[in-house]
Amino acid sequence: MKQVLAFEKPVIELREKIDELKKITQESEIDLTEEIKKMETRLGKLEKDIYGKLEPWDRVQIARHAERPTTLDYISILFTNFIEFHGDRYYGDDASIVAGIAKFKDVPITIIGHQRGKNTKENIYRNFGSPHPEGYRKALRHMKQAEKFNRPIITFIDTKGAYPGKAAEERGQSEAIAKNLMEMAGLTVPIICVVIGEGGSGGALALGVGDRIYMLENSTYSVISPEGAAALLWKDSQQAERAAKSLKITAPDLKELGIIDDVIEEPMGGAHRDLETQAKAIDKTITEALAEIKKLDVETLLDLRFDKYKKIGQFEEINPT
Amino acid sequence: MLKDFFSKKKKYASIPREEAKKDVPEGLMQKCGGCQKIFYQKELQKNLNVCPECGHHHQLNAYDRIACLFDDNSFQEWDENLISSNPLNFPSYIEKLEKDRKKTGLNEAVVTGKGKINGFPTAIAVMDSRFRMGSMGSVVGEKITRAIENAKDQGIPMIICTASGGARMQEGVLSLMQMSKTSIAIQRFHKKGGLLISIMTNPTTGGVSASFAMLGDYNFAEPGALIGFAGRRIIEQTIREKLPNDFQTAEFQLKHGQLDKVIPRQEMKEVISTILDLHQSGGNESETSTSV
Repeated sequence: MKQVLAFEKPVIELREKIDELKKITQESEIDLTEEIKKMETRLGKLEKDIYGKLEPWDRVQIARHAERPTTLDYISILFTNFIEFHGDRYYGDDASIVAGIAKFKDVPITIIGHQRGKNTKENIYRNFGSPHPEGYRKALRHMKQAEKFNRPIITFIDTKGAYPGKAAEERGQSEAIAKNLMEMAGLTVPIICVVIGEGGSGGALALGVGDRIYMLENSTYSVISPEGAAALLWKDSQQAERAAKSLKITAPDLKELGIIDDVIEEPMGGAHRDLETQAKAIDKTITEALAEIKKLDVETLLDLRFDKYKKIGQFEEINPT
Repeated sequence: MLKDFFSKKKKYASIPREEAKKDVPEGLMQKCGGCQKIFYQKELQKNLNVCPECGHHHQLNAYDRIACLFDDNSFQEWDENLISSNPLNFPSYIEKLEKDRKKTGLNEAVVTGKGKINGFPTAIAVMDSRFRMGSMGSVVGEKITRAIENAKDQGIPMIICTASGGARMQEGVLSLMQMSKTSIAIQRFHKKGGLLISIMTNPTTGGVSASFAMLGDYNFAEPGALIGFAGRRIIEQTIREKLPNDFQTAEFQLKHGQLDKVIPRQEMKEVISTILDLHQSGGNESETSTSV
């Protein structure tokens, strides 16, 4: 069963009709090629109309699409010789974060990413992609190892947020996230972060301090979920659509705010429509970024990383009275 | 008791006459949030807003906090002229800021600067939860980052007193990014050998607890302070379980290894100044060696 989003219904329906006509043409004597052609032109136009002007809430729906590619999907296409490693060495292994080493075009790298499932069973195993502290500590352990062996780090961000649970609090969720933010600032190897789905608050940011931050076109990055914001602001989580707009959480919004380096284009309708094409676009972006960053000496790299974050924020300076 | 059933009970509450109400000026008395006893506000203030009966720590505003930590007239404020804009054009944000500015007399939810604690020069950032619940937007992030940078450049220790509900929603992801901004500044401060002391006060949650609050060389808290990442209600909804009363208190965090010490307000200055003293020689040596 394919998941159909409300706003793309006209496209899906028209496409189904075209398929039907094609079937009729094939199976019977009636030639409908003319009609099909016409309808295909109409489909092309309709797709452009709908996918060309996506509202923030539409993008939220695409970012949350059940079939949206996950970290492991991209790993299998982008890298070779991937070996996943487990555990934080303090408490356990958190399946909502995957980490390991692989080759990216003959260069050894470390990969760390949030991992959600695509069905209920997988999601229960992956805790819906919401990490506990041990997930962040596993991530940090791999980052430190990357630094030791001088491997660039690539992170994939895809989480609704750090898990809001009792055990997570008892084991220091705050400390785990805070420590990652601080430690990532000082890592002497290049860090490239790509938001591939939802970038939910501190739980996303804990894998998101780097030299380049990219977002897939329909991914989101937010301090609070649109539903959460709507509940707080208007006491009504039904107003999520309005909140999604106000919060400025889409990739184009973040580019405009100067928070991310670039938006990586998605295939028409979203990454799930064409994983190969999407992976190629990510590949190109990472390749170019690594080539640029590789030229920098460590001190410059770290200074630029600091400057990058230091300039984020908007405020006014008034004359002291 | 059956007997009680027959006894006459007052079915009405006594409401003081309007004139009687006026006899007690507003702000003269205050009910303790812990034991519910009523005190003269002056009495509480004299005791640093700590209940003399039950020890409950009430909110302390930024300047009172500075006064109870720093030597008299030694404090010099930094960057008080930074004010929030409305980067996302968020509905009614400007009005809310204006209201809190009037209410508190502060420009933003944090006061930064430097002064002396028992003679030791120290930089400080103190959050004030009366201003937008102490939430962190661009200005809070910028002021704290600048303060850390100043402390690093001047080679003096840094104290951060937190009191915050977390990131400021009205500035969206810009406020989220203040977590990384401040954390990177702290990383550079630590790398240079700086001493960072974190004092968490009620409440320290969300994006503030998950960034600079937890990054001190020493992480302290006041008794009873609420400290945690996610809110109690959200956790209860997620795990479908009632949480214990002491959940996410300073004492809970101490027990779970997240704090170095819980320190009552009256003892704070002494403990801090002892720590500053213990870091004097070490700090100075590394300072001279790095400046060569």
